[in-house]
Amino acid sequence: MARILRKESLAPQIKLMVVDAPWVARKARAGQFVVLRITEQGERIPLTIADFDPLSGTVTIIFQEVGKSTMLLGTLEEGDEILDFVGPLGREIEERNFGHVVCVGGGVGIAPTYPKAKALKEKGNRITSIIGARTRTMLFWEDKMREVSDELFVTTDDGSYGEKGFVTQVLERILKSEKVNLVIAVGPVIMMKMVSVITKPHGVPTLVSLNPIMVDGTGMCGCCRVTVGGKCKFTCVDGPVFDGHKVNFDELLARQRIYLEEEQRALELWIAEKAKEEASRV
Amino acid sequence: MSNRFFGRPKMPQRPPEERIRDFYEVPLGLPEWAAVEEAKRCLQCKNPQCVKGCPVEIDIPGFVGLLAQGKFDAAIAKIKEKNSLPAICGRVCPQEDQCEVQCVLGKKGQPIAIGYLERFLADYERDRGIQPPPLPPSRNRKVAVIGSGPAGLTCAGDLAKMGYQVTIFEALHAPGGVLIYGIPEFRLPKSIVAQEVHYVQSLGVEIQVSRVIGKTYTLDDLRDAGYEAFFIGTGAGLPYFLDVPGENLNGIYSANEFLTRSNLMKAYLFPKFDTPIKIGQRVAVIGGGNVAMDSARTALRLGAEEVCLVYRRTKKEMPARVEEVERAEEEGVNCIILTNPVRFVGNDNGWVTGIECIQMELGEPDESGRRRPVPVPGSEFVIPIDTVVVAIGQGPNPLFLESVSGLALNRKGYIVADPETGATSLRGVFAGGDIVTGAATVISAMGAGKKAARAIERFLEAPDSFPQWR
Repeated sequence: MARILRKESLAPQIKLMVVDAPWVARKARAGQFVVLRITEQGERIPLTIADFDPLSGTVTIIFQEVGKSTMLLGTLEEGDEILDFVGPLGREIEERNFGHVVCVGGGVGIAPTYPKAKALKEKGNRITSIIGARTRTMLFWEDKMREVSDELFVTTDDGSYGEKGFVTQVLERILKSEKVNLVIAVGPVIMMKMVSVITKPHGVPTLVSLNPIMVDGTGMCGCCRVTVGGKCKFTCVDGPVFDGHKVNFDELLARQRIYLEEEQRALELWIAEKAKEEASRV
Repeated sequence: MSNRFFGRPKMPQRPPEERIRDFYEVPLGLPEWAAVEEAKRCLQCKNPQCVKGCPVEIDIPGFVGLLAQGKFDAAIAKIKEKNSLPAICGRVCPQEDQCEVQCVLGKKGQPIAIGYLERFLADYERDRGIQPPPLPPSRNRKVAVIGSGPAGLTCAGDLAKMGYQVTIFEALHAPGGVLIYGIPEFRLPKSIVAQEVHYVQSLGVEIQVSRVIGKTYTLDDLRDAGYEAFFIGTGAGLPYFLDVPGENLNGIYSANEFLTRSNLMKAYLFPKFDTPIKIGQRVAVIGGGNVAMDSARTALRLGAEEVCLVYRRTKKEMPARVEEVERAEEEGVNCIILTNPVRFVGNDNGWVTGIECIQMELGEPDESGRRRPVPVPGSEFVIPIDTVVVAIGQGPNPLFLESVSGLALNRKGYIVADPETGATSLRGVFAGGDIVTGAATVISAMGAGKKAARAIERFLEAPDSFPQWR
């Protein structure tokens, strides 16, 4: 059980929760994730840690309400308990001075980008960050990312804020004009794929943080397997951070779609149930 | 008092056409009269061979004799002197390879149905409410048990009975290990596992779920928290894959994933439970062990129209219990033997549509003593399917092992432990079950947990009796 200490709405459908989980906070490192479960009938949901504080024993998670489980999580309030909160899982990123690191965060992927930028900033790296969202209202944590970056670029797909377009166009510009030692990208699969395609000809090492479907998160089921450099890897124990130049992104995209029908069905049923509850209350 | 009128009873079980529609238990258990009559067949040998076949050394003639006299409470108490989990063992132990194979009656006729009798007594006790035994005075020493499967539960239960303060750490959200995520409801109802876990808790054992040792806490953290001895029972939880092309296509599961979704996450009750499982019309399970049988029978119950088992040797070499193969076949599982997958075929959307296989023939015996399957050149063919479950075995999960330095592992990655005590290369650290032996049986894991509990007591009371750690 882990109590929710603070809840904040960052953007439409994007929520932040600060959770009292000292057993995770004391061990967490940048790049790791937690698995949580909300009800006895619930799924195990993997979420990358957005921030953690070993002193106060808190872990921050940020999630987008896209299906039944994340919507249900969004209905929990401050003071409520999360039934299971397991972690920290997965491997941490290597924390050392690489030189100039570009951190790219897309959409809700800005959240897991933050601890990586923060950890590498503390190691003395020069951090250039690029964060992007569909539109201005979907953008969050610009201030926090600015705190841990030497330079910050913001893009929106529709141009409602910052530069119009995608994070990749800013990245391309930087790669052409400056020496970059490492790129870290977290966001939609297609964004991470494009980032990796762009950095490859420049020979810049690129790390991506993958988000396949998982069950246990401890290497027991193999549901999260991905092909990296022609080899089968389990994201939960070998990752979630991998060399972007070696990841088979198309396979990952296909595997993320395995349960689309079921997810849709569960969501529709849940919404119908909620509506019925509302109606009976009136 | 031997019974000369009845032979070994048949286990009553639900008819296949009824049972493949649900997940309820298949064997129904012996009625009281049949159990008593069967117990009367026991010769009460002076030098009982059956006990030698039992990894946890149950006094078999002792409990069978009490059962024959109708003293059910005394009989179950006799079992529980050695075995804290009789309802589980009575269901999933391979008695035909252990106690029953040793039974003198089996030499000329049918051995005593020891497993059925154990189950009868455990169920009898469960119906009446299980009473914890009186506990000895508490010894204020803390022991940590890592993993709540059969090895860990047994070790913890035995240590608690000696008066130690025991905490079990479990990575998943429910205790039981393979009993809860691996073995399906129709073979081992989860309410029974819960009850046996509850019994271990009633002995004073604390269980912390959702704590991954190696990640959440390290062994050193536990030492700092005052734990003086450790038992590692983390099992063989790493699924093996075939490592052939196309294995990451959608619709291909490891048996661990398939069974975990169904058993632990209750995907068979989707959408009442949130975890989904995808089942096609034609399902192929690859492998010939008990896990393969469990997967095939689960697939049928999830609504598959056809389920086939693809195995590279013949039925004779299948590692599964004969009883399990029979039940799977009764339910309509079709065994395709001497066949080995060479690659998976998929469609444009990334879903599996078939398995390309090659025919095998049996050659010379290999190191396991079974005849080695050899491919027949040019015999490739495709089995059209839409779901595959790969059940070719499991290995040691490295998650915990990687977090400890100085723990000796063997070539295959399992922990090196003294077979008599479970003592590892690290002082005060014991191990047992599948993490030492590789995937084996519930009862052998329990036997290892039992031996380790005894050794842990010896270590705590006389640490110098382990010269290797001096």
